[in-house]
Order: sequence, then structure tokens, then C-alpha cells
Amino acid sequence: MPTAFPPDSVGLVTPQVMHFAEPLALACGRSLADYQLIFETYGQLNAAASNAVLICHALSGHHHAAGYHSLDERKPGWWDSCIGPGKPIDTNKFFVVSLNNLGGCNGSTGPSSLNPATGKPFGADFPVMTVEDWVHSQARLADNLGIGQWAAVIGGSLGGMQALQWTISYPERVRHCLAIASAPKLSAQNIAFNEVARQAILTDPEFHGGHFQEQGVIPKRGLMLARMVGHITYLSDDAMGEKFGRGLKSEKLNYDFHSVEFQVESYLRYQGEEFSGRFDANTYLLMTKALDYFDPAAKHDGDLAKTLAHVTADFCLMSFTTDWRFSPARSREIVDALTAARKNVCYLEIDAPQGHDAFLMPIPRYVQAFDSYMKRIEV
Amino acid sequence: MRADLDIIQEWIPAGSRVLDLGCGNGELLAWLSEHKGVSGYGLEIDPDNIAQCLRKGVNVLEQNLDQGLGNFASASFDVVVMTQSLQALHYPDKVLAEMLRIGKTCIITFPNFAHWRCRWYLCSKGRMPVSDFLPYTWYNTPNIHFCTFADFERLCHAQNAKVMNHLAVDREHRHGWASRIWPNLLGEIGIYRISGPSAVEA
Repeated sequence: MPTAFPPDSVGLVTPQVMHFAEPLALACGRSLADYQLIFETYGQLNAAASNAVLICHALSGHHHAAGYHSLDERKPGWWDSCIGPGKPIDTNKFFVVSLNNLGGCNGSTGPSSLNPATGKPFGADFPVMTVEDWVHSQARLADNLGIGQWAAVIGGSLGGMQALQWTISYPERVRHCLAIASAPKLSAQNIAFNEVARQAILTDPEFHGGHFQEQGVIPKRGLMLARMVGHITYLSDDAMGEKFGRGLKSEKLNYDFHSVEFQVESYLRYQGEEFSGRFDANTYLLMTKALDYFDPAAKHDGDLAKTLAHVTADFCLMSFTTDWRFSPARSREIVDALTAARKNVCYLEIDAPQGHDAFLMPIPRYVQAFDSYMKRIEV
Repeated sequence: MRADLDIIQEWIPAGSRVLDLGCGNGELLAWLSEHKGVSGYGLEIDPDNIAQCLRKGVNVLEQNLDQGLGNFASASFDVVVMTQSLQALHYPDKVLAEMLRIGKTCIITFPNFAHWRCRWYLCSKGRMPVSDFLPYTWYNTPNIHFCTFADFERLCHAQNAKVMNHLAVDREHRHGWASRIWPNLLGEIGIYRISGPSAVEA
């Protein structure tokens, strides 16, 4: 057991919970009467409240982005490579806020929370959330923390979509937007993968129409399959080849269907197994829907440049060459719309073999560029 | 600032929108932004140059000129600049056409392969010129499409582009009497300001 944290770590962190009693109107037409958000903060908010940075998480992310919850926590928060003293999101300079989104399963109100109206878990009755809904809920969190304007809103993948939405929904409240490995909307192929994941969950006999908690079961197999198919899209062909190749678990082939033979099968099963033990199936459904529905340009005849016309933030976009889930071309769509709308934007296409997951990894050029951009943000 | 950039900046009106193709470390855009209120973007592919642009606060976009400029709308920039990159492009003619489409005016600099030193080297040694200024050998040079002032002017003519200004300078970017008298022989670097057939003259 370690006795100290690394010097560039934010160290021991304790999540906080904030309750909101004012109803939140949602895109689906329903509203949440009462809800809570769990979040963590790193660094100190300055007197002018001008150094606040919001971290938005991706599909399976949560509020624990950096540091450790205890001395014996095996791994730090999910973006510890980029958040901490001296790191790109430098906690000596910035006050960092990282939350678990509404509909999540890590402490913010979501499908696994108790519905005050029934006294039972929401389950499938929890409203479908959109990226816009999340941004509105995050704005309320900012209000309560005394943050009128973010120095930067930052996210990767689905988190990048939230960062982009922030600049559209609250242009005066964001100075810089960093959207990494993101997209302005999903492609048909992206939606197709999400649909396979959803069908895996929905058709699991243990799903019980989304009310599995009341039955005391979880749709483990469905969630596992959903994660397995998702995980394939996070890695590049090269990364998988490099990691597993055609390597076998045992010496010889078994000529049957139930054995775990290839290393890649074993890895995917492990990932699925681990995930199904910690993630809520209804949250997974909800997150994939939020992804599918995200299309800010839809309100402007599909014209993203027009959508961004009133945006005032400066942008930094980064993509990774082997990311085929949100390929560089998807980031370039955002860049092109921003240049057409005459906004300040920087764009980097990082050569990296890791696929979509690269945004979570300490790739030198990526981390340096991230750092350079963050250094130019005045607080 | 680099001497050629100092000459170029005089041809860029204050407050204009500039696209700098192959913007290097962002020196020109950073200077123009600070001193002339110019806005715009620099395209670059070298990671170190991009990192320097990021630090300077230049709007740098990682984009390869040889893969086209179709993502920029016609006449969307006042000035499109390209310094010392023409000869390194796979499709210099297509990039030039794109520059003329995107920019109301274009500023291009490139080394003159008809300069007397090149001619003398080729004439006397019978080999591709190598010098301090152009230090590469033929097989490893990034400069794959050398041309002369006369060649470039022909290409401009073929694309119905009008040469608005033209300076021939030496490698220190001085434009003395020699390069004025006989530019294609005595000028080492060409600095051209051109506009496309559809452009309204600035």
C-alpha cells in the first residue's frame, strides 16, 4: 500500500453532493422535480472566480477525474494524466470542477436512484437526457459554486459534445472550449453500434423492461455484450493487433464454441464482465441515446456554421489518426464550421495508434499541445 | 521578423483576414495580429511548428496543403499567403488555383531556380544545384517542384491571375539594382502578389 501520492497528483479528493430543489425542464418534455449532482473539485477558485474549468465526462465516465479517494485506491481518476499540478489542466492555476452527469450511476440522480414519487428506483421511468439537458444542469451547478463564466469547458468524446454545447447554449459563460476526439453529431455507423449495444441490454431476460432492480437482478449479459461491442470501437485495428494479435490462451485450438481461445476474446470478456459489475444498464441506454440525439446544427437546417455564429469562445480541437469511432474527419467538420463562422480555433491531428481511447492516454505530443493551449488561457 | 515576412506585411492591409498556408512557427500571423489587427488562420503540418503557434496564440490548423483546401469558402479571406512552400507541394498548380479562389489577393514567395548560381552549378558541374540556401540533394529534397520566375508567371497567366506586385530579392531579402534589372537571372527569391480572375482589385 502506498503511503504517499505522486507529486503531480491532486492527491486525496472527496466527492461533494449538491441538491437542487428547483425543477429542471428537459428536452423530452418532462422535468426533474428534485435531483442531486455529485462532483469533485481540484485546485482553488480565485477571488474573481475567473479560473474555473469544467470537465465533462464521456459515455462511461464519472466525477472522479483526478486524484485518489483513498491511499489504497489502485488507480487514480480517469483523466489523472491531464489534471494535476504542472499537468495540462494545471491545478496550481485552475479550479477544476468534474461532475457525474444526470442519469449517471455514480452518485448523481439517475435511473438507479429512488423515485420520490414511488419510493422505488426510477429504472426505465427515468427521463431520457440530452446533452443540452446536461449543460443546463451543469450551469446550475456553476451558479451554486459562484462561477459566472468558465475559463474553459473541456471534454473528450461525448464530453467534447457537452463542451461544444456549452458554447452554443451559454456563449457568454465560456471563454475556451476544448473538444477532444469528438464529433458534431453521430454518423449512421455510430448510431448503429449504439443500437447493437442497446439491443443487447433490452433483450436480456434479466432486463425486466428496465425495472430489474426491483427484481433484485441485473441484465449482466446484455451489459457485458454492450460493453464488448463498444470497446471494439474504442480501439484501433492496429492497437488490437499489437496487443493481442492472434495470440491464443492455450496451446491448441479446441474446436468448440464455448472455450475462450483467443487472447482478444478473453480481454473483451474481462472488460465486459468488469463493466457489468459497476455500471447501470439503464444509464448505459440513456448515455447512448444522448449521443444519438446530439445534433446542435439540426435547429439551423443542419448548418453548423450558422449554429456557431453567436458563439464567443475560442476553440481547441484535437483528434487522433487511428480513431475510427470519432475520426479526425469528424473533428474537422467542427473546425470547418468554426472557420466559416470566423471563430478562433486551433486544430491538431495527433498521430497515435491507440484509436478513440487515445484521448485518455499520456501521448507526449497530445499532452504537450494540451499544455501549450491551457497555458495561454488567461485567468 | 524574417526579412521576407517584413516585406509581405506591407502588402497586407490592417484588419484584414489572412490565411497563411504553411505558416511555420506562426511568426507572421502573430506579428500581424499584434500590429495590424489582422485575424485568420495558419495551416501547418510540422508538430514543432504547430506547438510554437499554440504558444504564440496563433490560430493554427493541422492541415496538409496537398490534400486540398476545399474546406475554405470562395473569397473568404482578404489575403492568402504562402511563403517558401510552393516548390514543396505535390500539386502546386492546384494549390495556386485554390488560393486564387479563396483569397481576394494572394502573396507567394518561392526560390528562383533560374538564378545565376543555380544556372552556373548546373552548367559547370552538370548536377542538380546544392547550396547553403538550397542544401538538399535531389533524392531527399522536400523541394520537388522548383520553378523559375518565368515559369511561375506563365502559370499565373494560364490561371488568368493578375500579377499585382512582384519583387525579386536575394537570400537576405534585399531588393537591389541587380535583381531589378534582370530578376529571373539575378533574383534569388520571388515575392509575388497576385489576384484571381474574379477578384475585385484591392
